[in-house]
Amino acid sequence: MASLDQKIKKKPFGASILFGVVSIGLYITLLANQDILNGNFAKGGLFAFLPIITAFIFSYVHGNFTGHFWTVLGVEASKKKREVK
Amino acid sequence: MHDIAQAATNFIDLNTANIIYLFLVGFVGGLVSGFIGSGGAFVLTPGMMSLGVPGLVAVASNMCHKFPKALVGALKRAKYGQVDVKLGIVLGISAEAGVLYGAHVQENIKKAFGDAGSNLYVSVAFVVVLAVVGIFVLRDAWKTYKSGTQHEEEKITKLARWVQSIHIPGTMVYFKSLNARVSVLFTLPLGFATGMLAATIAVGGFVGVPSMIYVLGAPSLMASATELVIAFVMGLGGSLKYALHGLVDIRLAMIILGGSLFGIQLGAIGTTYVKPFMIKVVMGVIMVIVLFSRGLMVPVYLSQLGLIQTLSDSTVKMLKTTSFAIMIFALALGAFIVLKAMWQGRQAEKLAAQESLVHSKA
Repeated sequence: MASLDQKIKKKPFGASILFGVVSIGLYITLLANQDILNGNFAKGGLFAFLPIITAFIFSYVHGNFTGHFWTVLGVEASKKKREVK
Repeated sequence: MHDIAQAATNFIDLNTANIIYLFLVGFVGGLVSGFIGSGGAFVLTPGMMSLGVPGLVAVASNMCHKFPKALVGALKRAKYGQVDVKLGIVLGISAEAGVLYGAHVQENIKKAFGDAGSNLYVSVAFVVVLAVVGIFVLRDAWKTYKSGTQHEEEKITKLARWVQSIHIPGTMVYFKSLNARVSVLFTLPLGFATGMLAATIAVGGFVGVPSMIYVLGAPSLMASATELVIAFVMGLGGSLKYALHGLVDIRLAMIILGGSLFGIQLGAIGTTYVKPFMIKVVMGVIMVIVLFSRGLMVPVYLSQLGLIQTLSDSTVKMLKTTSFAIMIFALALGAFIVLKAMWQGRQAEKLAAQESLVHSKA
């Protein structure tokens, strides 16, 4: 049974909690500072990069959280189509 | 700068109900996108507008959620070997040109005919594209199902075979999803049309995905995955353009992204459980239902432009509500089909695993 144990991947509980906490933190910061953020982000010109960079940050943190979330719940790709390198 | 000041004062107040609504619509939109490579956008923009968000802010904020969502979706589907990055980028570049031209046409129509004229243009584009492409895709899926070949490998169309056979020196590029070299003189107009449609109805994939399948000969799963790369390129370019005018409401974009990143991961996982023709089924079903939704709005805009007898306020309200409800239904149905197919696929796999365990014990 040792080989079966090795095949059972460890679920990324730690990673999902970490990314989940950071993600929630980002959203709280966003909503708590709505006026300041929208005021600056809507200035146009070079400020245009602010929403773009913000979107990339959210996508990295929240993207990782949501990915781990489904894995922790056991919702993964079909074994016939597991990840190819 | 006048439009920037105006836009800043037109950022709506958010309450809990709005936030939950945007999160949920984002989730369903993401689920469908993860599966068919596009969709969700055409619900999100009117969805935001129904909360009182001005049209351009809705489109801009939608774009700003679209490119990070597409990035996450593309990365996920790349892990399953479904993404042709080169094809996505090549199409994405001409799509970007299409977006800029399409936005330019939109602006001119709005200047000449006002909001009603612009809305009519968008709705007519919806109806024409969805009717032609949607019915074609659905008919193809139906033919596959009736012939019982849905479990076999997809066959490429005669058109795609012809496209792949054309050799124009100096323009040929190899694409892994096609397993063939194709001239960029074919990819240029296809990408351009995708971008133009994206700028017009916010969903370029309704031309992008079918053109990759039927004109270039890409397998359905790879076409829908590669569309996410095109969506990323278009979304990034479009977002920058709108952000330069201060039109992005970052709160709306990120709240929608909050839901859609859950959805897109799930949709991507879903593609690994279904036969490729299911991509065509979901895409065709959504397109045909949304066709009716948009079709209902055409009389409203014709009335506003004075081209037909003016409709009463109650008629207009009824048409708008019904149109919106049908659109939500289209997306919900698409999401339901995806989840059901995934559920069935997982159950079948579990059953097969249990049976093989019993056999091996015996």
